[in-house]
Amino acid sequence: MTDNYNFVPAAPHTGTTPARDFILKATDIKKSFGGVHALKGASMTMRRGEITALIGDNGAGKSTMVRCLSGIHRPDSGTIWLDGDDVTFETPNAARERGIETVHQNLALVEDLSVWQNFFLGREKTHGLGPFRTLDRKLMKSTAGELLKNLAVNVPPVTSKVRRLSGGQRQAVAIARAAGWGSKIVIMDEPTAALGVQETARVEGVINTLRDSGVAVLLISHNFDQVMRLSDHVWVMRAGTAVAERRTLETDGDELVSLITGAKAA
Amino acid sequence: MTTTEQARPSRLKAITAETKQLSFWAENAAPIGLVVLVIVFSILSPTFLTLGNIKAMLVAAAILVILAIGQAFVITTGGIDLSISATMTFGAIGFGLAFSNGAGFWLSALIAIVAAMLIGLINGLLIAKGKVTDFIATLGTLSVATGLALIVSNGKPISVNSPELLTLTSGSLGIFGYPIILAAIIAVGAWFFMFRTRFGLHVQAVGGNEESAVANGISATKIRMAVYLISAALAGVAALLLVARVGAAEPAINTQFLLNSIAAVVLGGVSLTGGKAKIVGPVIGALLLTALTNGLTLLGVSQFYQPLAVGLVVVLAALLTRFQKK
Repeated sequence: MTDNYNFVPAAPHTGTTPARDFILKATDIKKSFGGVHALKGASMTMRRGEITALIGDNGAGKSTMVRCLSGIHRPDSGTIWLDGDDVTFETPNAARERGIETVHQNLALVEDLSVWQNFFLGREKTHGLGPFRTLDRKLMKSTAGELLKNLAVNVPPVTSKVRRLSGGQRQAVAIARAAGWGSKIVIMDEPTAALGVQETARVEGVINTLRDSGVAVLLISHNFDQVMRLSDHVWVMRAGTAVAERRTLETDGDELVSLITGAKAA
Repeated sequence: MTTTEQARPSRLKAITAETKQLSFWAENAAPIGLVVLVIVFSILSPTFLTLGNIKAMLVAAAILVILAIGQAFVITTGGIDLSISATMTFGAIGFGLAFSNGAGFWLSALIAIVAAMLIGLINGLLIAKGKVTDFIATLGTLSVATGLALIVSNGKPISVNSPELLTLTSGSLGIFGYPIILAAIIAVGAWFFMFRTRFGLHVQAVGGNEESAVANGISATKIRMAVYLISAALAGVAALLLVARVGAAEPAINTQFLLNSIAAVVLGGVSLTGGKAKIVGPVIGALLLTALTNGLTLLGVSQFYQPLAVGLVVVLAALLTRFQKK
């Protein structure tokens, strides 16, 4: 179950991935809650080895889209293609097994547990047999430490409790955990919303490192500067559909704002 | 790495520095309290530290130690099992009825544990599936189990004359009677399950932050079911010791055991809000409470003062836990 932990991406990011090499395609996704049509046939793509930003006003459908991709919601209709396979996830675990990890805004960390315990929570490594299976603490500690070191600038000791970590360190732990499972795609919902300037810079460094290691990142952010700094590609959502896409290098904050508000047609 | 020669003085220094902080006393309330009690009582009463009395105390502590361990699992998830002593009573009656109807010791013991786990199952279903508040659910089953015990026993004690029970209560290895050895084995097993297995880690995770635990694929429902079953099963084991000690299965209410089991866990430094697991702490807490009762009895203090003393110690311990390190 966990052999993919030491997964090494086959093709490292080069910055020149062919445009047609989509790791994820979502087409015509519809999702309603009662009478509320949260997604009205939204389509979007993510390219291999890139950071794709998903932006839009509150209520545009970003969260619902993300929840469909991470298996929390099941779309009413539409198709999600992952690496060319038609996938629709029933549960978050199903999405995870296919290599889509989500770093939620609340990070899903247990404050009273240590960093390494959080790292492997729900997917612990054990040795022994049957009811006498014991936690392989040594292996989990060393693996967690290594993955954190590869990714984060300042590494908290893996035995420290999460409660003792700063907001940025917690974010780094959550991202490293998501990345550690050999994921193809890591979805991040407002990863720096609660952080100060320095910590934001550190977490952005972590996200860049993750991209450079070949993982496709879907970044949900309200921060245009951050989107311009980090992303390679931007999708804009408005009123339940994805209305526009831009290469980040070919757009600017003003254009994105007008796309979000609808002042400029796609 | 530093060598031990270098480490020793600095370690000593670190410990001395720690003692100046309130959190040190809060973290170690139970062992410190136990040592203080032992010193005070052995000064006041020459019999307190005799081998005979130590042996008697350890045997007397066994039931409470086992109940406190069960309670510790529940409290680690942020729950509470108010039905634990009533469950023990129900198990004891189950044993008594089975035994008096010709079932042998082992079968009767099994029936006691199964009967107790039945109450645990109801607790688990109510709390984990029915989403009933733990406090209310176990308050209800406290009454239900007490009532059932009274009904099936017709309110009368069932005397039990089992050689196995006699061995259990009177046998010993050195100063350690079989009851405390049984309790010690359970404590070691509980420590192992809590700190070395996935299950224990998940218990701590659910207690610490249920939402995060669930987001990581842990079933909070299963974990909650499990801890109430563990608590009840241990109450069933404690029931055997209770029957062995009394020589009969009594449909008594045993409220003191309920209060003391929670008190032992609190003394042991476990937060009632859950998430922080401890096994050694509650065990020492149970020993402390037993030593306290024993010492007061030896000093000839009226029985009436014992609940008062236990209450004061627990409230003091609860106050101290406020100063624990986060």
